Amino acid sequence: MAKVPVQFTLNGSEKAEFIESGTTLLNALRDKIGDTSPKGGCHQGTCGACSVIIDGELRLSCLTLAETCNGADIKTTAGLAEGGVLHPLQRAFLDAFATQCGFCTPGMITAAKVLLDRTPNPSREDVVEALSGNICRCTGYEPIIQAVLTAARANSQNAA
Amino acid sequence: MSLALQTFSTVKDANAALQAAGTRYLGGGTLVVRAANEGDVSTSSLVRVTDPGLSQIAVAGGKVRLGASVTMAAIASHPELAALAPAARAVGGPAIRNMATVGGNLFAPAPYGDFAVALLALDATVVTGDGETPIETFLAGRDTTRAIVTGVGFASPKAESFRFLKVSRVKPKGVSVLSIAALLELAADGAVSSARIALGCMADRPTRAKAAEKALLGCKLTPQEIAPALAAAGEGIAPITDPIASAWYRAEVLPVHLGRLLSN
Repeated sequence: MAKVPVQFTLNGSEKAEFIESGTTLLNALRDKIGDTSPKGGCHQGTCGACSVIIDGELRLSCLTLAETCNGADIKTTAGLAEGGVLHPLQRAFLDAFATQCGFCTPGMITAAKVLLDRTPNPSREDVVEALSGNICRCTGYEPIIQAVLTAARANSQNAA
Repeated sequence: MSLALQTFSTVKDANAALQAAGTRYLGGGTLVVRAANEGDVSTSSLVRVTDPGLSQIAVAGGKVRLGASVTMAAIASHPELAALAPAARAVGGPAIRNMATVGGNLFAPAPYGDFAVALLALDATVVTGDGETPIETFLAGRDTTRAIVTGVGFASPKAESFRFLKVSRVKPKGVSVLSIAALLELAADGAVSSARIALGCMADRPTRAKAAEKALLGCKLTPQEIAPALAAAGEGIAPITDPIASAWYRAEVLPVHLGRLLSN
């Protein structure tokens, strides 16, 4: 099968690859580009582990074809830390023991990042709603919700 | 197993490509890419259209026109579509709502397709290259249609006349046990003057509760007066059985939830 070119920005750097037509963004990111932070959980749009941010919107990379992302600005959890310093969300997840096996964590963090970008001071209900497409089988969700609320508070204190 | 994606700028060109065997239309990807990931090898080629007109929402003169590529998230956040927001928010989680489209929802098999239930209650018109089709006719023939849906149109419902309910076991996001949409006009004395009720999960696609609609005419929305309509709600239904609920369970709880929707 003929390969097709794709070109997009991933966590601030330009990426260009030749992929097979019909390749999902998840597979392109993991197998071609080497960003393994989005996880392939269900491949059905149910678990949210593959969540990435495309042009500011949360999307599921397992259901997105890479060819449809030409020219897009894509962000994943792998791009959040700056200069070896963890993003406040990542720090809060660690501190709150909100990762256990860690498989859902990159999806949770991208979903939470979109929430905090739009709603810097979310209510608990906002957090639950924002994470409702992400499944975690370890934590019982409570530490994750607390981590997002803690990160939001840390952000607003920094801004003040 | 691999898919080939063809991208077109116009619906007309895409329609021609869609006639080839093994070809499906790619909207948000939540149905066709999901099927491919699951191992469905009946699709070898996907077709999509980049025409920005397909993503437009137009509200004017009491009429709403939604392009087929309009997402659930776009509907849920549109200031003039507040009456429809609960139905749009009923679909998936945030990421799915950023992807799932109006056009795709018309084809979503039960237990999915909650937004199409709302469109059925609203008596929407489905627009394709072949013209306009009433949604009830469209849904009945959706398995064999080969024309690309370009949009849906309907009269903008008054917030107080349109009601929507989705029942799921997991909150806030879960797959439907059932969903109900009702468009009710009340006379000055509070009696129902017209009723259109659509049900999700009560067949393999959205279906109308016609017996209940008829029984509701002239009734006030009190527990006593709506009782005959609730008793008639199960007429003609054939609920699905899936891991969420059995057909028996869905049929048993339908009158309960319809009663709650009508009387609150």
